[in-house]
Amino acid sequence: MRPGPGLHLKTYLSIFVIVIFAPLGSVLLGKGMKSVGSAATWTLHDFWPVLLRILSNGYIWLGIASLLTFFVAYMLILSWADYSYVQPSTSLSYATVALLSHFVLGELISPLRWLGVVVICTGVFIVGRTSPRAHGAY
Amino acid sequence: MRTVILFFLIIASGTGGELCVSRAMRSMGEVHDFSPKSILNFVLRGLRLPWMWVGVAMMSVGFFSLLAILSFRDVSFVVPVSALSYAAGAFGARAFLGERISRNRWLGIAVVCVGVTIVWWSGR
Repeated sequence: MRPGPGLHLKTYLSIFVIVIFAPLGSVLLGKGMKSVGSAATWTLHDFWPVLLRILSNGYIWLGIASLLTFFVAYMLILSWADYSYVQPSTSLSYATVALLSHFVLGELISPLRWLGVVVICTGVFIVGRTSPRAHGAY
Repeated sequence: MRTVILFFLIIASGTGGELCVSRAMRSMGEVHDFSPKSILNFVLRGLRLPWMWVGVAMMSVGFFSLLAILSFRDVSFVVPVSALSYAAGAFGARAFLGERISRNRWLGIAVVCVGVTIVWWSGR
């Protein structure tokens, strides 16, 4: 990766989009699905009515749009930045998802769950610090 | 019980789908030209491969399972637990794509699994 102020700005902006839009997509899908009704009581008989309710829910489409935005940003950043640089930065998404769930959806997050989220972020960070091509990379 | 079945589908179908797509992409060779026309050509060529369709079908099952579980479980529970796909991906890549997984990557995956276990406890 060639350094330069423009490239740095582009990279940080893309990481920001990735770390915000992937969790935002999950949160919007969660919000939409909570209004569709609990799958804990679905039967096979409900398949078509449930599918119709999912497809006519605005939050679901916003969630899909967010996930697509994330996906495009991820593809774009990989065209100029190293995968081993991008992947560890995306581990922050797990923290963002917890923050958004709390502040947007009002979910109560126990200290135990926060601990788990921090451990997962650490694990994903370590996975990302390894070479994308493991052949001979020991 | 539904939670466990849905998590299994999210992780197994999602990761299985990605592995199938990965296998299809590998058989097409590395992308060098990133112009819109050649990317479109690349995608169209990919759609002729059976592995691509198997992959897309499995990823769809994974996505709808995610929607189903989000209808009755917290987002802050579902998304972290889905990180288990890092472990499934590593085992799958080794078995199905013949990739070698470095020791550091196994270490990271083990840490992810510990985190997932903690989040799982928090949801009980």
